[in-house]
Amino acid sequence: MKLFDFWGGVHPAGQKHLSAEQAIQVLPMPSRLHIPLQQHTGRPAIPMVQVGQKVRKGELLGREQSGVSASVHAPTSGVITAIGDFAAPHVSGLPLPTVTLESDGEDQWLEREPLPDPFALEPEEVAARIGEAGIVGMGGANFPAAVKLSKARQAKVHTLAVNGAECEPYMTCDDRLMRERAEHIVDGVRLMLHALQASNAVIAIEDNKPEAAACMKAACRHEQHVQVVVVPSRYPAGSAKQLIQILTGLETPAGGRGTDTGVLVHNVGTAYAVHRALRQAHPLISRIVTVTGGAVAQPQNLEAPIGTLVEDLLAFCGGVTEAPARLLMGGPMMGQPLPGTQVPIVKGTNGILALTAAEARLEATPSPCIRCGRCVEACPMGLMPLEMSKRARHDDLEGAEAFGLVDCISCGSCAFACPSRIPLVQYFEYARGALEAQQRAEQKAKETRRLLDQRQARLARAEQAKAEAAARRQAEKRQAKAKAGAAA
Amino acid sequence: MIAAVVSLTLLGIALGWMLGFAARYLRVESNPLHEEIQQMLPGVNCGQCGYPGCSGAAEALAAGKAAVTLCPPGGPALVQALAAKLGVAVDGASSGPPLLAYINEATCIGCAHCGGRCPTDAIIGAPKQIHGVIQDACIGCGLCVEVCPTECLQLRPVALTLKTWYWPKPALSFGV
Repeated sequence: MKLFDFWGGVHPAGQKHLSAEQAIQVLPMPSRLHIPLQQHTGRPAIPMVQVGQKVRKGELLGREQSGVSASVHAPTSGVITAIGDFAAPHVSGLPLPTVTLESDGEDQWLEREPLPDPFALEPEEVAARIGEAGIVGMGGANFPAAVKLSKARQAKVHTLAVNGAECEPYMTCDDRLMRERAEHIVDGVRLMLHALQASNAVIAIEDNKPEAAACMKAACRHEQHVQVVVVPSRYPAGSAKQLIQILTGLETPAGGRGTDTGVLVHNVGTAYAVHRALRQAHPLISRIVTVTGGAVAQPQNLEAPIGTLVEDLLAFCGGVTEAPARLLMGGPMMGQPLPGTQVPIVKGTNGILALTAAEARLEATPSPCIRCGRCVEACPMGLMPLEMSKRARHDDLEGAEAFGLVDCISCGSCAFACPSRIPLVQYFEYARGALEAQQRAEQKAKETRRLLDQRQARLARAEQAKAEAAARRQAEKRQAKAKAGAAA
Repeated sequence: MIAAVVSLTLLGIALGWMLGFAARYLRVESNPLHEEIQQMLPGVNCGQCGYPGCSGAAEALAAGKAAVTLCPPGGPALVQALAAKLGVAVDGASSGPPLLAYINEATCIGCAHCGGRCPTDAIIGAPKQIHGVIQDACIGCGLCVEVCPTECLQLRPVALTLKTWYWPKPALSFGV
């Protein structure tokens, strides 16, 4: 298969050797799990359980709302001890509505009846079941998979690109999953193809994972419509738009979606979750998490239930050898700093990274921009980060937008390449947030203005009705008087 | 009798004509900016700016006597719009966080005074029932706070959520 190139990108040190040879281990069930009701893009799930209620493994904890939303299920059997705010795995440490589940240690499943043949189902039915299982994009995007599949089928997508690139340094969860459970991933890919009604699938793996590529090729040897492609290692090859460009040479239009090119990208982890949901009636209640970084005693790949505290994961890996300078959820390029270890992992958590000060490059202090243009060379979206950051710094949000702020994928290539160590991505995140806040305020002003006008119109109507009623009464009185006069 | 009627009629016609003449030829040009700014203001006449209603505030703004940040209900969107209209610079820090009405349910007696005054119908609740504020409709004008007999109504800063939080601007000492 002919491969294409994408503009920009960087070559950060892989650091995958820390955990790549560690086989997936199942984390012993923690005594308490904190399962947020919103782990996905869109609307939060509605809680379906009550405090004190006993639940079994796989039972529905929160039902999806209409539109873009996803359900959440109990990762083990036990008792619901609380439903309320709990710190989200987010740098702000702000709370999310969360269900707290105390494990009873029995891990007892709900009765399940796996489907005899999922391929006999209609495509919509397959997508619906994927939605019922609460599956979201496992690569970190957290977009509900069923919605993505249905929309892509309507958009007549012809190819499913399965993302096994795992271009983030340190992360090895997809690598291990492909090495150890290749057959299941391929089955998930075939099921997704059926849901999509697309003709072929391409599994893309970066060339720094030859073992994973070999395992996947072996699993695909009898498949006619599923093919494995090894792509050159360059960050961010695993970003959906860049992966589409590598595979097809097509660039996603500015402001558009990847599916505009006729290709839908799903992560290998999502394919595996789809296999489990349809073949074993196993909802998305656990995932593979890479716990790594220079500060972790024994880096590991763990299969952990959703809602496990970061603290428990680190403890299982022998704790930290030194206080981590940076504790991230996700990889070093796009991972989000955590407010502490008392936060749960969610469906989109691919790794926990505890970096030492040397790894985190904290000694480098930012200095002024020298306009060298390395960020422009590094940007895989073809943007001009130096111009955008300048405008964001001076709060010229419209100016930053005009330079393509909405097309920025926050991959961090520009900040990685910047010799002045300017926190470029933070500028973009700030500008994006400020723009959204501004739009929200404008929308609110418009809506309240409408309410105000409606109220004033209503009051005017009431006033008018009152005046009319008074006039009517006067007229009646006059008439009555006239009648009385005539009678007299 | 006839002399009185005729003289008063003539006087009326003459004075009326003079008034008409004055209205047409001696008209004082009002600032068109005043009108435009008044359209932009929320029109609640809450008086938080210290001027007699939105019209007075618009006049002061048009004359350049008031700061563009004078209107709390308008929020940052209005500040930006006014700054653009009047061609003045605004530093982001001058407008504080938006305030919205909040009802302390423990002390609300359901007097229903507040609901009648709310210019955007943001307060719901029947008499003798606990009232509530629809945050999305509240503009924080504070008209309800004044009439609350139990002081259960307060203006409070809006709490951040994961949806509204965003990264602060990096604090660097040099230009980028």
